[in-house]
Amino acid sequence: MHLRTRRAGVALTALGAALAMVAFGDASRAAHHTSPAAAATPRTAAAEVTELRAGEGHDLTERSCTICHSVEYIPANAPAMDRAAWQKTIQKMKDRFGAPITDEEAKQILDYLAANYSGKSG
Amino acid sequence: MLTRREALLAAAGLVAAGARAEESPPAGASGGGELLAALPGKKPLIQRAFRPPNFETPLADLVPLYTENAVFFVRYHLPVIPQVETASWQLQIGGPSAQSPLSLSLRELKSSFPHVSLAAVNQCSGNRRGLFSPRVPGVQWASGAIGNALWTGVRLRDVLRKAGVAASAIEVVFNGADTPVLPGTPDFLKSLPIDRALDENTLIAFEMNGQPLPHWNGAPARLIVPGWTGTYWMKHLTDIRVVPAAFDGYWMKSAYRIPTGAFPTARFVSQETPETTPITEMLVNSLITSPAPAARLRRGEPAQLTGKAWDAGSGIAAVEVSVDARRSWHEATLGHDLGRFAWREFQLPLDTSRAGPLEIAVRARSRNGAAQPETLTFNAAGYHDNRVQTVRVEVS
Repeated sequence: MHLRTRRAGVALTALGAALAMVAFGDASRAAHHTSPAAAATPRTAAAEVTELRAGEGHDLTERSCTICHSVEYIPANAPAMDRAAWQKTIQKMKDRFGAPITDEEAKQILDYLAANYSGKSG
Repeated sequence: MLTRREALLAAAGLVAAGARAEESPPAGASGGGELLAALPGKKPLIQRAFRPPNFETPLADLVPLYTENAVFFVRYHLPVIPQVETASWQLQIGGPSAQSPLSLSLRELKSSFPHVSLAAVNQCSGNRRGLFSPRVPGVQWASGAIGNALWTGVRLRDVLRKAGVAASAIEVVFNGADTPVLPGTPDFLKSLPIDRALDENTLIAFEMNGQPLPHWNGAPARLIVPGWTGTYWMKHLTDIRVVPAAFDGYWMKSAYRIPTGAFPTARFVSQETPETTPITEMLVNSLITSPAPAARLRRGEPAQLTGKAWDAGSGIAAVEVSVDARRSWHEATLGHDLGRFAWREFQLPLDTSRAGPLEIAVRARSRNGAAQPETLTFNAAGYHDNRVQTVRVEVS
């Protein structure tokens, strides 16, 4: 898999918790205070740990996709994807989910995903 | 073997990846290394996605008859998930085909209607999507987007009757408190046919296994649609609308659909087109919980095959097991019957007197005669994988 750890070392835990706050808003804050189990096991806290492959279009792709979702979906789906499937997915994100990207940006994202995350066999 | 990612994370103390690796579904089934991580209030689960949160229950946690709340799988479509304030929460019941719209606090919901408790399997429509061949896009679940719980609440039909269901009612539409980030993203709304909404087993639940619903499983109240896949079990329920026409939201018209006529499940006539129709009931299916894939059994020591079998509410008639690569089949012993919507435990002693590989296959049969097939009915969304499961172990 094309995964790397973005944040290694002790800072990881704190960053993970901070990210959870951002991602889940009040939910995370409230649950954090009322959950001794969570407080006792901060080292296994859920966090975004996937980083996309470096390459032309990386920043635009990450910026566009993470408005709504973490990037694990991309490598996780790579085995089911090729250029045509990514084209369909990007179009769906734009047309059905309201992703605020121009046609030119959509093309750059497609080039990046097709080049780096096309794992469909046969 | 740890992947590089897992090794790095383990070194950072973030996950006990290695400790539980063998409890995870087989490698290759889901596209690589798996990360075990805990949401606030949950035990570590297999992190399929962080945001929106999609977390799968490890196989070892599916051994108990009732799946513990802290390990029950988590599935969301939208990233904004508010912590609902129980004290101020109001459930709105209305719509064009409701004659007397009303609003209920949690206290009123609990005190106005008889309470019902029911054991039922909640299985994500996409459970086992990651095992599809060829692979299909979507959350790459292995076999753990499922759990069995005792749900306590009130009957939806009692609430709907108080709202006065008009003769024009065709569907009932449900909304929960979760919302999208972007204005252009369709909110997650689902509908049920009016007859399924009025079924005595469809509940608005506020308890799960005797405890208030956990946040990540829909607090303070969620829909329970026994026999139907999890997509209809709306979490953090806020609005119920009785409507005189097919609801045309994205999550009904464009998502969660299967080819029309491809599966022997309940029809959803108002939403059906010649090509596609909404997924509805679960198919008869089973899961081997022990031994784990690739386990080593000690020669001459007692060993048990155990697992769970379920369907959409007919109940399980029999579970057959083969330990010789499907040459012969033996009937397993069924465990306690918790009710027709719950899963049923099965077990069979394994013969460990001879060293060598065992290829274990399990097939469940429903009381309605349906049995698990050997082949997958391929569909683009990756639903309804109820193929006979095979687990290979070694006696040595």
